[in-house]
Amino acid sequence: MVDVAAFLDRAQRAEGADEFRLKSFRAALGQLRSGGPDRARRVLLRLSDPTAKPIEAAGNQNACGAWAGSKGTKIKKKEGG
Amino acid sequence: MRFIEPHAHMVSRTTDDYLSLAAAGCEAVCEPAFWAGFDRGSVEGFHDYFCQLTVHEPRRAAKFGLPHFTWLCLNPKEAEDLQLAAEVIEMIPEFLECPNVLGIGEIGLNRNSRNELKVLEQQVDLAARYRQLILVHTPHLEDKLKGTRLIIDALKSDGRIAPERVIIDHVEEHTIALALDAGFWAGMTLYPESKCTAARAIDMIEAYGPERLWMNSACDWGVSVPLAVPRAALEMRRRGHSAAEVDRMLHGNPAKFLGQSPKFKLAAD
Repeated sequence: MVDVAAFLDRAQRAEGADEFRLKSFRAALGQLRSGGPDRARRVLLRLSDPTAKPIEAAGNQNACGAWAGSKGTKIKKKEGG
Repeated sequence: MRFIEPHAHMVSRTTDDYLSLAAAGCEAVCEPAFWAGFDRGSVEGFHDYFCQLTVHEPRRAAKFGLPHFTWLCLNPKEAEDLQLAAEVIEMIPEFLECPNVLGIGEIGLNRNSRNELKVLEQQVDLAARYRQLILVHTPHLEDKLKGTRLIIDALKSDGRIAPERVIIDHVEEHTIALALDAGFWAGMTLYPESKCTAARAIDMIEAYGPERLWMNSACDWGVSVPLAVPRAALEMRRRGHSAAEVDRMLHGNPAKFLGQSPKFKLAAD
């Protein structure tokens, strides 16, 4: 928890606008305070690409940590039962 | 404590790791074909790699008393080049008769692209035609959920594929139910900085039960821990799981899945 707090302090000291991953991170943090037994799952869902169609080409071989299209979308019902 | 390491990229590890694994009670290492950290430039490069997996690495493991098994494939990170992929897939059957080859893997997706999906489907077809077990790599981070769904759809759409002969590896809390509910096995990869920790893996074992689950280190050329599996056993014991329950997760479950290949034999067998 202290590492997360220190990271947020560090991000606040940095210059420039929030990168999209930081926005996703802040949105996912909200899941930690909510009730329910599946916070880890909901955090991962919040950071995930929710789309279904394959992309045209893998221009970059590496994932980056959060879906660039995420705009704080409401999480759907539990996946997979 | 005995264990099987069902997913370790030993070509990228030193003999110190073999020594550590053997000393810690490992009874077998299983090594899927993977991305070397760079894109191989030719089908000859893959041929050399498959020779390394089927001839040289088993010899290296044997010096430490460890049976070495392997899986063969073209990995998803190198799947954008369809021409190269076709040549590699055509070559794979030449190696399937090797005594340590258990199946096709680790196939899957990386960024969830069209070409990756085409190559995945071609390798699923290969596995079906040659009746091979399948080991699946699910993508990293934000791509994992979408990729797991696409992979499961591809597997389920091929009626020749028996779910109990497929393991979906690198599951996390948002994908484990997708794999288990579809009848597949699910693997949890214990990395220090990504994928899953031992604590989270054991949380999932406690939530879903021990059926059709295994843990692995997937140790490779990146930051990874070859002894992650026996260390996870310590966490299980700390939480009160019995020695029998630990043995099931570390030895019984991997042996059950891998034993579906007649080639999988332990030294004690």
